[in-house]
Amino acid sequence: MSTVRIPTPLRGLTDGQGKVIAEGESIAALIDHLDMSYPGMKERLCDDAGALRRFVNIYLNEEDIRFYKGLDTPVKPSDEVSIIPAIAGG
Amino acid sequence: MSLTDEQLERYSRQILLKEVGGKGQKKISEAKVFLIGAGGLGSPAILYLASAGVGTLGIVDDDVVDLSNLQRQILHSTETLNQPKIASAQLMVSKMNPDVKVNTYTERLNAENILDVIKDYDIILDGSDNFPTRFLVNDAAFFLKKTLISGSIFRFEGQLTTLKPHDDAPLPCYRCLYPEPPPSGLVPSCQEAGVLGVLAGTIGVMQAAEALKEILGIGETLAGRLLIYDALEMSFRNVRVPKNPTCALCGPKPSITELLDYEISCSLPSPPDDSLDA
Repeated sequence: MSTVRIPTPLRGLTDGQGKVIAEGESIAALIDHLDMSYPGMKERLCDDAGALRRFVNIYLNEEDIRFYKGLDTPVKPSDEVSIIPAIAGG
Repeated sequence: MSLTDEQLERYSRQILLKEVGGKGQKKISEAKVFLIGAGGLGSPAILYLASAGVGTLGIVDDDVVDLSNLQRQILHSTETLNQPKIASAQLMVSKMNPDVKVNTYTERLNAENILDVIKDYDIILDGSDNFPTRFLVNDAAFFLKKTLISGSIFRFEGQLTTLKPHDDAPLPCYRCLYPEPPPSGLVPSCQEAGVLGVLAGTIGVMQAAEALKEILGIGETLAGRLLIYDALEMSFRNVRVPKNPTCALCGPKPSITELLDYEISCSLPSPPDDSLDA
Protein backbone atom coordinates (compact mmCIF):
# COMPACT_ATOMS: atom_id res chain seq x y z
CA MET A 1 0.00 0.00 0.00
CA SER A 2 1.45 3.33 -1.01
CA THR A 3 0.28 6.85 -0.31
CA VAL A 4 -0.76 8.78 -3.40
CA ARG A 5 -1.06 12.55 -3.31
CA ILE A 6 -3.96 13.82 -5.36
CA PRO A 7 -3.73 17.34 -6.81
CA THR A 8 -6.56 19.84 -6.45
CA PRO A 9 -7.86 19.41 -10.03
CA LEU A 10 -8.43 15.67 -9.46
CA ARG A 11 -9.91 15.79 -5.97
CA GLY A 12 -13.39 15.81 -7.44
CA LEU A 13 -12.79 12.09 -8.05
CA THR A 14 -11.61 11.36 -4.49
CA ASP A 15 -14.35 13.11 -2.51
CA GLY A 16 -11.97 15.96 -1.87
CA GLN A 17 -9.23 13.80 -0.37
CA GLY A 18 -5.70 15.05 -1.00
CA LYS A 19 -4.06 11.76 0.03
CA VAL A 20 -5.32 8.28 -0.75
CA ILE A 21 -3.95 4.77 -0.42
CA ALA A 22 -3.43 2.54 -3.43
CA GLU A 23 -1.90 -0.83 -4.12
CA GLY A 24 0.41 -1.88 -6.94
CA GLU A 25 3.96 -2.97 -7.57
CA SER A 26 4.39 -0.54 -10.44
CA ILE A 27 3.01 2.89 -11.24
CA ALA A 28 0.80 1.32 -13.94
CA ALA A 29 -0.67 -1.18 -11.47
CA LEU A 30 -1.17 1.55 -8.95
CA ILE A 31 -3.09 3.66 -11.49
CA ASP A 32 -5.31 0.65 -12.32
CA HIS A 33 -6.00 0.21 -8.62
CA LEU A 34 -6.72 3.92 -8.18
CA ASP A 35 -9.13 3.74 -11.10
CA MET A 36 -11.07 0.93 -9.41
CA SER A 37 -11.45 2.98 -6.22
CA TYR A 38 -11.96 6.28 -8.02
CA PRO A 39 -13.45 5.61 -11.45
CA GLY A 40 -12.29 8.03 -14.11
CA MET A 41 -8.84 8.52 -12.61
CA LYS A 42 -7.02 6.54 -15.30
CA GLU A 43 -8.65 8.50 -18.10
CA ARG A 44 -7.49 11.72 -16.51
CA LEU A 45 -3.91 10.49 -16.22
CA CYS A 46 -3.42 8.38 -19.34
CA ASP A 47 -4.31 8.80 -23.00
CA ASP A 48 -6.20 6.26 -25.15
CA ALA A 49 -2.96 4.39 -25.85
CA GLY A 50 -2.34 4.06 -22.12
CA ALA A 51 0.60 6.48 -22.05
CA LEU A 52 0.88 9.11 -19.36
CA ARG A 53 -0.61 12.37 -20.63
CA ARG A 54 2.00 14.95 -21.54
CA PHE A 55 0.70 17.62 -19.17
CA VAL A 56 0.54 15.31 -16.15
CA ASN A 57 3.57 14.19 -14.17
CA ILE A 58 3.84 11.43 -11.62
CA TYR A 59 6.58 11.56 -9.03
CA LEU A 60 7.93 8.67 -7.01
CA ASN A 61 8.96 10.49 -3.85
CA GLU A 62 10.74 13.52 -5.38
CA GLU A 63 11.62 12.03 -8.76
CA ASP A 64 9.69 12.20 -12.03
CA ILE A 65 8.88 8.64 -13.18
CA ARG A 66 9.59 9.64 -16.81
CA PHE A 67 13.26 9.66 -15.81
CA TYR A 68 12.98 6.20 -14.22
CA LYS A 69 11.02 3.57 -16.11
CA GLY A 70 7.86 5.54 -16.77
CA LEU A 71 4.67 3.64 -15.92
CA ASP A 72 6.76 0.48 -15.34
CA THR A 73 8.64 2.16 -12.49
CA PRO A 74 8.48 -0.20 -9.46
CA VAL A 75 6.78 1.09 -6.32
CA LYS A 76 7.53 0.02 -2.76
CA PRO A 77 4.94 0.32 0.02
CA SER A 78 7.05 2.97 1.75
CA ASP A 79 7.09 5.17 -1.35
CA GLU A 80 4.98 8.27 -1.72
CA VAL A 81 3.55 8.87 -5.17
CA SER A 82 2.47 12.36 -6.25
CA ILE A 83 0.36 13.26 -9.24
CA ILE A 84 1.18 16.77 -10.44
CA PRO A 85 -0.64 18.16 -13.48
CA ALA A 86 0.15 21.43 -15.20
CA ILE A 87 -2.07 24.23 -13.93
CA ALA A 88 -2.48 27.53 -15.72
CA GLY A 89 -4.32 29.96 -13.47
CA GLY A 90 -2.80 33.31 -12.76
CA MET B 1 24.65 55.64 -11.11
CA SER B 2 24.85 56.27 -7.37
CA LEU B 3 22.04 56.16 -4.86
CA THR B 4 20.55 59.41 -3.56
CA ASP B 5 20.09 60.04 0.17
CA GLU B 6 16.40 59.46 -0.26
CA GLN B 7 17.00 56.14 -1.98
CA LEU B 8 19.46 55.09 0.72
CA GLU B 9 16.74 55.71 3.26
CA ARG B 10 13.93 54.16 1.22
CA TYR B 11 15.85 50.93 0.67
CA SER B 12 17.80 50.99 3.96
CA ARG B 13 16.22 47.85 5.38
CA GLN B 14 17.37 45.75 2.47
CA ILE B 15 20.68 47.59 1.99
CA LEU B 16 21.40 46.54 5.58
CA LEU B 17 21.42 42.92 4.44
CA LYS B 18 24.98 42.02 3.60
CA GLU B 19 23.73 39.98 0.64
CA VAL B 20 22.27 43.17 -0.81
CA GLY B 21 24.22 46.23 0.33
CA GLY B 22 24.65 49.33 -1.82
CA LYS B 23 26.06 47.25 -4.66
CA GLY B 24 23.05 44.94 -4.69
CA GLN B 25 20.65 47.87 -4.53
CA LYS B 26 22.29 49.27 -7.66
CA LYS B 27 21.79 45.93 -9.38
CA ILE B 28 18.13 46.05 -8.39
CA SER B 29 17.70 49.59 -9.68
CA GLU B 30 19.34 48.69 -12.99
CA ALA B 31 17.26 45.51 -13.43
CA LYS B 32 14.51 45.18 -16.02
CA VAL B 33 11.77 42.70 -15.20
CA PHE B 34 8.88 41.82 -17.49
CA LEU B 35 5.56 40.62 -16.10
CA ILE B 36 3.11 38.58 -18.13
CA GLY B 37 -0.22 39.63 -16.68
CA ALA B 38 -1.19 42.17 -14.02
CA GLY B 39 -3.71 39.82 -12.42
CA GLY B 40 -3.63 37.58 -9.36
CA LEU B 41 0.06 36.69 -9.56
CA GLY B 42 1.26 39.84 -11.29
CA SER B 43 -0.30 42.14 -8.68
CA PRO B 44 1.71 41.11 -5.63
CA ALA B 45 4.85 40.51 -7.71
CA ILE B 46 4.64 44.01 -9.22
CA LEU B 47 4.02 45.63 -5.84
CA TYR B 48 7.01 43.98 -4.18
CA LEU B 49 9.36 44.43 -7.12
CA ALA B 50 8.38 48.10 -7.31
CA SER B 51 8.80 48.63 -3.59
CA ALA B 52 12.22 46.93 -3.73
CA GLY B 53 13.23 49.49 -6.36
CA VAL B 54 13.48 47.39 -9.53
CA GLY B 55 14.40 50.06 -12.09
CA THR B 56 12.19 49.04 -14.99
CA LEU B 57 9.02 46.96 -14.98
CA GLY B 58 7.43 45.93 -18.26
CA ILE B 59 3.82 44.84 -17.87
CA VAL B 60 1.58 43.28 -20.50
CA ASP B 61 -2.15 42.80 -19.97
CA ASP B 62 -4.99 43.36 -22.42
CA ASP B 63 -7.76 43.23 -19.83
CA VAL B 64 -9.74 45.83 -17.87
CA VAL B 65 -10.32 45.80 -14.12
CA ASP B 66 -13.47 43.87 -13.27
CA LEU B 67 -15.19 43.83 -9.88
CA SER B 68 -14.60 40.08 -9.63
CA ASN B 69 -10.82 40.68 -9.91
CA LEU B 70 -10.55 42.68 -6.71
CA GLN B 71 -10.79 39.66 -4.38
CA ARG B 72 -7.16 38.87 -5.26
CA GLN B 73 -5.70 41.37 -7.74
CA ILE B 74 -4.42 43.83 -5.16
CA LEU B 75 -2.83 46.22 -7.66
CA HIS B 76 -6.29 47.33 -8.65
CA SER B 77 -9.04 48.96 -6.63
CA THR B 78 -12.65 50.01 -6.68
CA GLU B 79 -11.43 53.36 -7.97
CA THR B 80 -9.88 51.83 -11.08
CA LEU B 81 -12.83 49.59 -12.04
CA ASN B 82 -13.29 49.30 -15.82
CA GLN B 83 -9.91 50.90 -16.50
CA PRO B 84 -7.23 48.99 -18.38
CA LYS B 85 -5.24 46.92 -15.88
CA ILE B 86 -1.97 48.34 -17.14
CA ALA B 87 -3.21 51.89 -16.41
CA SER B 88 -4.30 50.83 -12.96
CA ALA B 89 -0.94 49.11 -12.41
CA GLN B 90 1.00 52.14 -13.56
CA LEU B 91 -0.98 54.40 -11.24
CA MET B 92 -0.38 52.19 -8.20
CA VAL B 93 3.35 51.78 -8.90
CA SER B 94 3.82 55.53 -9.39
CA LYS B 95 2.12 56.17 -6.04
CA MET B 96 4.28 53.58 -4.32
CA ASN B 97 7.67 54.29 -5.83
CA PRO B 98 8.38 57.04 -8.35
CA ASP B 99 11.88 55.57 -8.92
CA VAL B 100 10.37 52.77 -10.99
CA LYS B 101 9.89 53.16 -14.72
CA VAL B 102 6.84 51.24 -15.96
CA ASN B 103 6.49 50.26 -19.60
CA THR B 104 3.03 49.02 -20.50
CA TYR B 105 1.81 46.82 -23.33
CA THR B 106 -1.84 46.15 -24.15
CA GLU B 107 -1.41 43.85 -27.12
CA ARG B 108 -2.12 40.16 -26.64
CA LEU B 109 1.19 38.31 -26.87
CA ASN B 110 1.58 36.02 -29.87
CA ALA B 111 4.31 34.39 -31.93
CA GLU B 112 4.60 37.54 -34.04
CA ASN B 113 5.20 40.10 -31.32
CA ILE B 114 6.53 38.42 -28.18
CA LEU B 115 10.25 38.40 -29.02
CA ASP B 116 10.21 42.10 -29.76
CA VAL B 117 8.23 42.93 -26.63
CA ILE B 118 10.40 41.03 -24.13
CA LYS B 119 13.85 41.28 -25.73
CA ASP B 120 15.08 44.23 -23.66
CA TYR B 121 14.25 42.69 -20.28
CA ASP B 122 16.49 40.53 -18.07
CA ILE B 123 13.93 38.37 -16.30
CA ILE B 124 10.41 37.31 -17.23
CA LEU B 125 7.70 36.51 -14.66
CA ASP B 126 4.83 34.46 -16.01
CA GLY B 127 1.54 35.08 -14.23
CA SER B 128 -0.68 34.38 -17.22
CA ASP B 129 -3.98 32.56 -16.97
CA ASN B 130 -3.85 30.11 -19.88
CA PHE B 131 -1.70 27.33 -21.34
CA PRO B 132 -1.15 28.80 -24.83
CA THR B 133 0.49 31.88 -23.32
CA ARG B 134 2.56 29.79 -20.92
CA PHE B 135 4.05 27.68 -23.71
CA LEU B 136 4.58 30.74 -25.94
CA VAL B 137 6.37 32.59 -23.14
CA ASN B 138 8.54 29.57 -22.35
CA ASP B 139 9.61 29.14 -25.95
CA ALA B 140 10.29 32.86 -26.41
CA ALA B 141 12.30 33.04 -23.18
CA PHE B 142 14.34 30.03 -24.33
CA PHE B 143 15.09 31.53 -27.75
CA LEU B 144 16.17 34.82 -26.13
CA LYS B 145 18.05 33.10 -23.26
CA LYS B 146 16.00 34.89 -20.59
CA THR B 147 15.38 33.52 -17.13
CA LEU B 148 11.68 32.71 -16.69
CA ILE B 149 10.00 32.52 -13.30
CA SER B 150 6.78 30.60 -13.74
CA GLY B 151 3.96 30.68 -11.19
CA SER B 152 0.50 29.20 -11.51
CA ILE B 153 -2.50 28.72 -9.26
CA PHE B 154 -5.65 26.63 -9.15
CA ARG B 155 -8.22 26.73 -6.35
CA PHE B 156 -6.08 26.09 -3.24
CA GLU B 157 -2.88 24.94 -4.93
CA GLY B 158 0.04 26.74 -6.48
CA GLN B 159 3.15 25.81 -8.45
CA LEU B 160 6.37 27.74 -8.83
CA THR B 161 9.63 27.15 -10.65
CA THR B 162 12.53 29.08 -12.14
CA LEU B 163 13.53 28.14 -15.67
CA LYS B 164 16.94 28.89 -17.15
CA PRO B 165 17.68 26.26 -19.78
CA HIS B 166 20.36 28.56 -21.24
CA ASP B 167 22.49 28.11 -18.09
CA ASP B 168 25.76 26.16 -18.30
CA ALA B 169 24.40 23.67 -15.77
CA PRO B 170 21.86 21.38 -17.40
CA LEU B 171 18.64 23.06 -16.27
CA PRO B 172 15.11 22.48 -17.61
CA CYS B 173 12.62 24.61 -19.53
CA TYR B 174 8.84 24.45 -18.99
CA ARG B 175 8.55 21.83 -21.74
CA CYS B 176 10.99 19.58 -19.85
CA LEU B 177 8.45 19.69 -17.02
CA TYR B 178 5.27 19.59 -19.12
CA PRO B 179 6.03 18.73 -22.77
CA GLU B 180 2.73 19.90 -24.24
CA PRO B 181 -0.39 21.82 -23.22
CA PRO B 182 -3.60 19.87 -22.67
CA PRO B 183 -5.48 19.40 -25.94
CA SER B 184 -8.32 21.87 -26.29
CA GLY B 185 -10.87 19.07 -25.76
CA LEU B 186 -9.64 18.68 -22.18
CA VAL B 187 -9.71 22.36 -21.34
CA PRO B 188 -13.29 23.04 -20.35
CA SER B 189 -13.62 26.79 -20.37
CA CYS B 190 -11.87 30.09 -20.02
CA GLN B 191 -14.02 30.93 -17.04
CA GLU B 192 -12.10 30.77 -13.84
CA ALA B 193 -12.54 27.67 -11.74
CA GLY B 194 -12.26 29.60 -8.51
CA VAL B 195 -9.20 30.47 -6.48
CA LEU B 196 -8.46 31.50 -2.92
CA GLY B 197 -7.30 35.10 -3.22
CA VAL B 198 -4.39 34.79 -0.81
CA LEU B 199 -3.01 31.87 -2.84
CA ALA B 200 -2.26 34.33 -5.64
CA GLY B 201 -0.48 36.48 -3.08
CA THR B 202 1.65 33.63 -1.78
CA ILE B 203 2.81 32.45 -5.19
CA GLY B 204 3.15 35.95 -6.70
CA VAL B 205 5.29 37.16 -3.82
CA MET B 206 7.51 34.09 -4.12
CA GLN B 207 7.93 34.85 -7.84
CA ALA B 208 9.15 38.31 -6.80
CA ALA B 209 11.53 36.71 -4.29
CA GLU B 210 12.97 34.46 -7.00
CA ALA B 211 13.39 37.49 -9.29
CA LEU B 212 15.26 39.48 -6.64
CA LYS B 213 17.57 36.52 -5.95
CA GLU B 214 18.27 36.19 -9.67
CA ILE B 215 19.04 39.92 -9.91
CA LEU B 216 21.33 39.78 -6.88
CA GLY B 217 22.84 36.40 -7.71
CA ILE B 218 22.27 35.16 -4.18
CA GLY B 219 20.89 32.03 -2.55
CA GLU B 220 19.46 28.98 -4.22
CA THR B 221 16.66 29.50 -6.70
CA LEU B 222 14.03 27.00 -7.82
CA ALA B 223 15.95 26.24 -11.03
CA GLY B 224 15.69 22.45 -11.42
CA ARG B 225 12.94 22.17 -8.81
CA LEU B 226 9.18 22.63 -8.75
CA LEU B 227 7.60 23.97 -5.58
CA ILE B 228 4.06 22.84 -4.87
CA TYR B 229 2.09 24.77 -2.29
CA ASP B 230 -1.15 23.44 -0.86
CA ALA B 231 -2.96 26.14 1.12
CA LEU B 232 -5.48 23.69 2.61
CA GLU B 233 -2.73 21.47 4.04
CA MET B 234 -0.41 24.44 4.47
CA SER B 235 2.31 22.32 2.97
CA PHE B 236 5.20 23.14 0.68
CA ARG B 237 6.82 20.35 -1.29
CA ASN B 238 9.66 20.25 -3.79
CA VAL B 239 10.11 17.79 -6.61
CA ARG B 240 13.11 17.58 -8.86
CA VAL B 241 12.79 18.79 -12.45
CA PRO B 242 15.68 17.48 -14.53
CA LYS B 243 16.46 18.74 -17.99
CA ASN B 244 14.75 16.39 -20.44
CA PRO B 245 17.45 15.09 -22.81
CA THR B 246 14.79 14.63 -25.48
CA CYS B 247 13.03 17.97 -24.94
CA ALA B 248 11.48 19.16 -28.21
CA LEU B 249 12.62 22.71 -27.47
CA CYS B 250 15.82 22.76 -25.42
CA GLY B 251 17.13 19.24 -26.11
CA PRO B 252 20.04 18.52 -28.44
CA LYS B 253 17.73 17.59 -31.34
CA PRO B 254 14.90 20.11 -31.11
CA SER B 255 11.79 19.73 -33.24
CA ILE B 256 10.48 23.14 -32.14
CA THR B 257 12.71 25.72 -33.80
CA GLU B 258 10.29 28.60 -34.04
CA LEU B 259 7.44 30.05 -31.99
CA LEU B 260 4.05 28.34 -32.14
CA ASP B 261 0.66 29.86 -31.39
CA TYR B 262 -1.60 27.38 -29.62
CA GLU B 263 -5.27 28.15 -29.95
CA ILE B 264 -7.07 29.32 -26.86
CA SER B 265 -10.14 27.16 -26.83
CA CYS B 266 -13.11 28.23 -24.80
CA SER B 267 -15.72 25.68 -25.67
CA LEU B 268 -16.40 22.05 -24.98
CA PRO B 269 -19.46 19.94 -25.66
CA SER B 270 -19.77 18.69 -22.08
CA PRO B 271 -17.24 19.98 -19.60
CA PRO B 272 -16.22 17.62 -16.79
CA ASP B 273 -16.58 18.86 -13.21
CA ASP B 274 -12.92 19.51 -12.84
CA SER B 275 -10.51 20.90 -15.30
CA LEU B 276 -6.76 20.94 -15.48
CA ASP B 277 -7.01 24.55 -16.56
CA ALA B 278 -7.81 27.50 -14.36
